[in-house]
Amino acid sequence: MRKLIHTLVFVVLAQIGTSSFAYNSDPKIFITELVEDATKTLSDKSISKADKAKKVETIALENVDIDAISLYTLGSIRKTLDQDTLKRYQELFKKYFLKSLTSRLTDYSNNKFEVVSSDQKSETTTIVISKIIGSPSQPELKIDWRVYTKDPTKPLIRDLRVEGLSIARTQKEEFSSILNSNNNDINVLFSKLEEFIKN
Amino acid sequence: MLLKKIIFTLLAGFILFASNVSAEPKKECFEKISRGIFKFNQGFDKAILKPIASGYNKLPEPIREGTGNFTSNLATLLTIPNHVLQGEWRLAGESSASFLINSTIGILGFSNPASKMGLRNQPEDVGQTLGAYGVSSGCYFVLPVLGPTTIRDSVGMFADTLVDPFAHITLREKEILSISGSEMDFFSVKGAGVVDFRADNMKNLDSLEKNSIDMYAAIKSLYIQNREKKIGNTYSSKDDDWEEFNK
Repeated sequence: MRKLIHTLVFVVLAQIGTSSFAYNSDPKIFITELVEDATKTLSDKSISKADKAKKVETIALENVDIDAISLYTLGSIRKTLDQDTLKRYQELFKKYFLKSLTSRLTDYSNNKFEVVSSDQKSETTTIVISKIIGSPSQPELKIDWRVYTKDPTKPLIRDLRVEGLSIARTQKEEFSSILNSNNNDINVLFSKLEEFIKN
Repeated sequence: MLLKKIIFTLLAGFILFASNVSAEPKKECFEKISRGIFKFNQGFDKAILKPIASGYNKLPEPIREGTGNFTSNLATLLTIPNHVLQGEWRLAGESSASFLINSTIGILGFSNPASKMGLRNQPEDVGQTLGAYGVSSGCYFVLPVLGPTTIRDSVGMFADTLVDPFAHITLREKEILSISGSEMDFFSVKGAGVVDFRADNMKNLDSLEKNSIDMYAAIKSLYIQNREKKIGNTYSSKDDDWEEFNK
């Protein structure tokens, strides 16, 4: 009996440890809860750097539409790639994206964040308008979140606009520049992504 | 008079040439050279601009805020004629009222009471006016120290000095309402504006550099998006490309 209770307790604890908190499905509350959770994790001094990154990665994997972002970012060249190459790209992109996201969130984790309003653009897209409150060393920053709401019970983040400038579009144009300068050789993009992941 | 005519003809010719070069702002004029200049600018930033901006960030907040307000207020002198040229009469009125209030009640523009009164002061320049007239951006390139631009915006940058009353009294040392200045005043104010901008964006640029796999292309994208947004007088740049992922 004691063994069974131990096993049950272990299973419950293990699940709490690995699964992330389910956020509200209303896009505005979803972003508020998610950012609070991520910034709380990143500014928690009792958690190691590796654990912080792991937790933020879990949050991102469950709440960011990484597959759609990866395809959007690759641009029209994605239509010419075979399935294996595309799969390899998406795997690399996921690693690149998670590392970059954690780094960006860490940079702003000490700033106060506030969700202002939301604007439903279509059945599938809602823009959540928020801001990073200004500090003596950093003026206020407007951040808009493009939230994909095709499944109304599971909103997913697709883009961030900092002062109206899209991070996804910037990334897409970075990739496009690398491809254009290298005769659309996808392997050059792969090595750039690998280099970023390693460093 | 003749000189003005020549300049005007040259400008018009240059803009027409620019429009024909490319209607696509993502096209480069001479990418290899621009990338070289970009590297030089990064070196200039690391060695000179960034350290000055870091020092500036250590100054008391009222001094930094005052400097930012002062340079923005003087930039309103360029904004007003551009609102007029774009037929934005209401915005021209708001900017004029903002300039008058900040220059008087706001003690030469060091304070910004106009914004507390709800008066908008959205910066405009000749490049934006040309864009609003439908002049395409032409190709993209990078200028030493001055940074990213397009053919239209570089023509606009030159034309700014012809339209801007502040440039008229400083760069050209002419008098308006018995007010005069020198070239030094012009470059000091512009320089202070650049330092203030760099200081405000310390964290943003550091984060961008750390997370970019091609910083040159990232800056180019942000520059183009920002210009699109300003020319369209919209809050954000275009992003229609997402449509095909909404199915």
